[in-house]
Amino acid sequence: MKTVGLPKGLLYYRYETLWKSFFKALNVPVMVSEESNLLLLEKGKKKSIDEACLSLKLFIGHVESLKNKCDYVLVPRIYSLEKDEQVCTNFNCLYDLIKNVYPELNILNYNIDVKHHKSEKKAFIAMGNTLGFSKLKSKKAYAFAKSQEKIEKEKKEQNQNIKLKTNKKKILILGHPYNTKDCLIGKSITDFLSNYPVEIIYSDIFNEKLVNKYAKKISPKVHWTMNKELLASFMYYKDKVDGVIVISAFPCGPDSLTNEMILRKKANAKVLLLTFEELNSNIALLTRLESFLDMLKGGIHL
Amino acid sequence: MKEIIAFPHLGSYCHPIKRLLKNTTNQKVMDTPQITKKTINMGSKYSPDSVCVPFKYNLGNYIEALEQGATVLIQAGGGCRYRYYAEVQETILRDLGYEFKFIQIIGKSHLRLNEIYKLLKKLNPKLKKRKLIHELITTFFYIKYLDKIEELIRERIGFEEKKNSFIKLKNNFLKEADKTKGFLSLKRCFFKYKRKIKKVKINKPKNCIKVGIIGELYTAMEPFSTYELEKMLASYHVEIKRFTNLTYLLWKKALFAPYIKWKSKRYCKYKLGADGLDNVYRTLWLSKHKFDGIIHTKPTGCTPEIGAIPIIMRVAKEKKMPIIFLSFDEQTSNEGLKTRIEAFYDLLSIRKEEENERIHRN
Repeated sequence: MKTVGLPKGLLYYRYETLWKSFFKALNVPVMVSEESNLLLLEKGKKKSIDEACLSLKLFIGHVESLKNKCDYVLVPRIYSLEKDEQVCTNFNCLYDLIKNVYPELNILNYNIDVKHHKSEKKAFIAMGNTLGFSKLKSKKAYAFAKSQEKIEKEKKEQNQNIKLKTNKKKILILGHPYNTKDCLIGKSITDFLSNYPVEIIYSDIFNEKLVNKYAKKISPKVHWTMNKELLASFMYYKDKVDGVIVISAFPCGPDSLTNEMILRKKANAKVLLLTFEELNSNIALLTRLESFLDMLKGGIHL
Repeated sequence: MKEIIAFPHLGSYCHPIKRLLKNTTNQKVMDTPQITKKTINMGSKYSPDSVCVPFKYNLGNYIEALEQGATVLIQAGGGCRYRYYAEVQETILRDLGYEFKFIQIIGKSHLRLNEIYKLLKKLNPKLKKRKLIHELITTFFYIKYLDKIEELIRERIGFEEKKNSFIKLKNNFLKEADKTKGFLSLKRCFFKYKRKIKKVKINKPKNCIKVGIIGELYTAMEPFSTYELEKMLASYHVEIKRFTNLTYLLWKKALFAPYIKWKSKRYCKYKLGADGLDNVYRTLWLSKHKFDGIIHTKPTGCTPEIGAIPIIMRVAKEKKMPIIFLSFDEQTSNEGLKTRIEAFYDLLSIRKEEENERIHRN
């Protein structure tokens, strides 16, 4: 059986359950790349141009680490997830970019373009087809994966709701899941925060049905699906938590504008904006985090 | 009281757009102050750090226009970050304490007649649809003629005998075209100046150096943002070919999209977002038509181009095309650019000489 490699970057964190259970239902062995580390980043930097964003560089590093270990590497291409909306253009060109950087690599690919009537279901069936499964089989696998994803999401939401009800100080980590959960970027923050008596709330665990309602309050015209979710979850959690830490990679296109909107319309919320670059040490970052925590406590106690 | 309408600069397209707004809305349309160092300084002072440069230029334009009394601001929208410019710029300007109406023409991804009609009707309740269609068609032709004239000039400007003769002609054309009333007189004006341009004496050698400019749309169309790169190239006696203009963006792009996708299918399976795929195709086109070099311009941090650059690099490497990538930000000194263009020109001229020698030997 052919193995499929899943690079642990960008869309992996959004579709983890969906991908894994889809391949599990089809009995396809899956291989996930290692956690991101400095060596991986170095590899990615070599292969990408200077101005590409940190997350993209890390993704290329992940692809590089999977290169000779598996038969296929999964690189999806997304144009639009909703009608009249878009995603960051990096996802538009992700497949072609990887294909041109590694011309010999075997890439497993699917294409979601809701604006031009190519839904997620169609995309997954087409992907099953390239792996050599019948339409019916991949349809079933997709339905199974979707149900698994739903169960997982509900579980996470319940956990989050329990966390919100505690008396501890609550901090919202706001950012794309590929930034907040990455070892080099967001995880260093959550690891640091876990030493303190605070509850961490993640912005990506958020009911999808509420997105439009809350996004309208802060910015009615935003057209990036992922950033719309971020803005909505900021408005939803804003009054329920004590502080917000916004995490973004440098130089993120959509974030550069939506972060500005957050900072301008935050009202009373306490927001710390952290932008990540290819730095090797996070000492400067920890100082800022410490002072932010002190501020949440209500001043420095001598 | 009459409203005063202002819109950001984009090359010399302020003339057709001003004409359109003036004729349809019956309000006063302001000449937005020319872009200077002050404009970009103001713009970058109030805009977020890592946003791309066109945002800063536009914001600077708006601030200067508002200070001179503009009451209505107009912004368009496009495929990438550009579509979200309007809302953030409105928020920033309101936070600065200005009072104005803000209108975004392309709110969704496509230009629609009904939407434009509704928006302009807010400014002029007496506007009729027939009038708007008439004005739109005239404006489209104005833009087309302007692009044609610029294209003709770009081919010849490096070899003019009398300095500034082309620029003078272009300015005269703009002046005269602004005064024309109907479509026919506009057409007559265009042909008159086309003839004049073709009559201007030039000494163009047969195998001159030809350079194609590709890249992001704002840096291609607004000369100030690239420190007048085209003028600089002209001073080296180079023939320039530029693809991006409003004619292309307004209707040619949608028309040619399937063709472009088919032509560049060896390198790309999907569209790359904004002008990414177009630039890959242009690289192929330029190498096929025996151009000597390619200049790729973009503002720093332009995401669609960043995605496309590795692909363009591969194409250029396979076709053996010299290519230079230029990123522009809010800095306004052009010394660094001059050195790089000079080096690039030297490279091209050496290559050209070697090629000529090879031909002679055989």
